[in-house]
Amino acid sequence: MTIDPTFAPLAELIPDPTDISEPFWKGLNDKTLRLQRCGKCDTHQHPPERFCYSCGSDSIEWATASGGGEVYSFIVVHQPYHAAFRDRIPYVVATVQLDEGPRMLGAIFDVDPNSISIGMRVQARIETVSEQQAALFFEAEVQ
Amino acid sequence: MKGFEGRYCIVGVGQTPYGKVPEISQLGHNVLAIRNAIEDAGLTTNDIDGILTKAPTSTFPMLWAPKVAEALKITPKVTGTLDQAGASNIGLIQYAISALAMGQANYIAISYGDNPRSGTRASYSRPRGDDAIAGLFGAPSSYAMIARRHMYEYGTTHDQLANVAIAHRHHASMNPNAVFQEPITREDYENSRFVAEPFRLLDCCPVSDGGAAYIITTEERAKDLEKEPVYIEGIGQGHPSWDFFRRDDLTRSGAAISGEAAFQNAGLGPKDIDFCEIYDCFTVVPLITLEEYGFCKKGEGGAFYEDQRTHIGGELPVNTSGGLLSETGMPGTQLVVEAVRQIRGEGGPRQVKNAEVGLVSQQGGIMTTHATMIVSKG
Ligand SMILES: [Zn+2]
Repeated sequence: MTIDPTFAPLAELIPDPTDISEPFWKGLNDKTLRLQRCGKCDTHQHPPERFCYSCGSDSIEWATASGGGEVYSFIVVHQPYHAAFRDRIPYVVATVQLDEGPRMLGAIFDVDPNSISIGMRVQARIETVSEQQAALFFEAEVQ
Repeated sequence: MKGFEGRYCIVGVGQTPYGKVPEISQLGHNVLAIRNAIEDAGLTTNDIDGILTKAPTSTFPMLWAPKVAEALKITPKVTGTLDQAGASNIGLIQYAISALAMGQANYIAISYGDNPRSGTRASYSRPRGDDAIAGLFGAPSSYAMIARRHMYEYGTTHDQLANVAIAHRHHASMNPNAVFQEPITREDYENSRFVAEPFRLLDCCPVSDGGAAYIITTEERAKDLEKEPVYIEGIGQGHPSWDFFRRDDLTRSGAAISGEAAFQNAGLGPKDIDFCEIYDCFTVVPLITLEEYGFCKKGEGGAFYEDQRTHIGGELPVNTSGGLLSETGMPGTQLVVEAVRQIRGEGGPRQVKNAEVGLVSQQGGIMTTHATMIVSKG
């Protein structure tokens, strides 16, 4: 597995997967974004739980998401809050409204922050950060 | 105050030095602030039979209020710590009133004290668990996400955010207790560095050491004391809860529900308010809070801050001591202290004329919790 050296410092921020969250992290290793979907009310949700946040049902299944969404809001981080992101500054963190419904936070790297705007289309960018794990970022959608 | 037969008052307020105060511990800030409040009320430590605290944000120790009681040599009948983050110290007043109404205590001290500036402040920028990989750290980043959306939806401008920083600093320049007393200009604002765009450094409150406290009792007992009591007219709460980025509308806080509850509880409305002490951890927050309270229409908070309308002497003075942005970056206890001083007419050069009814807001987390209190001369 080849790891982009610019992503390697982020490995320490990967949480230990739990029984509930493991399918999400395994999905990323397969280069797919997986979200839970409720078998009863059809709502997609993230973070994962063993029950549906919307209707309480426990008929939860995993579904592959499109990875597409739009920027609901975003910031450009200048303050070196964490050593793992020091070389990325300034970088964009977006609140992404996924096409399936849930909102997620994700970093957008390698982009001019001035090119980011609310409402713009983005898609999941999945990058390997360690021998064990890939992680989710976002990038501008290719037209 | 609806729901209770009697009336309840704040009879003493106290504080410790704000800013960088390494010579006072977390415990010391609580104890000294409470002692000062007891003295201000004309009481003695022996009179206090209730101790309620917000936990120090920076370390969040367990069983904090009993520890404060021990250091005051008090064995309280009522004690505890409430976790509503920055809204806790109004929530605790509600708890204190309930205890007083039930006859469980006579004089209850409420405090907050912490030393994140000279001690540890790791909890202020800790990574967000599963979301750490997204690169979102620190409260400024989350509130900046809110500000960006407010700017997008309502056309709120950097100039309007600057107005908040400038206005609150103007008031702090008349407050010898304030951490920042040097007035700032629009140019200073524009020259301050970006922290998390759209926020510059001057959009953010500082991290401050300090303590603040107040004493709550019944009207009957309050009338026996030397100073005029400050009456608690109404309290409200409203808690958006949820992780901020998953809320339907990022530009709304708990202020609408909390404010309506407080106004209803007091039998008053925005027109009755002479001044406000609004939780202003970041410049966008007073805009949102004033909108949701109904002082202006949703989205017009930015315009409300124009033309020095919120300055002392203006239409509605807001944050007469400088707020979190300039007086001290503490979670809201100090705003209650200032409201009491204004109602008593102890504001000195920053005194609001005819300050008879004041409103205090507190909120915690990323607009996760919200509480509102209306106080008056009675
Ligand atoms: Zn469901």
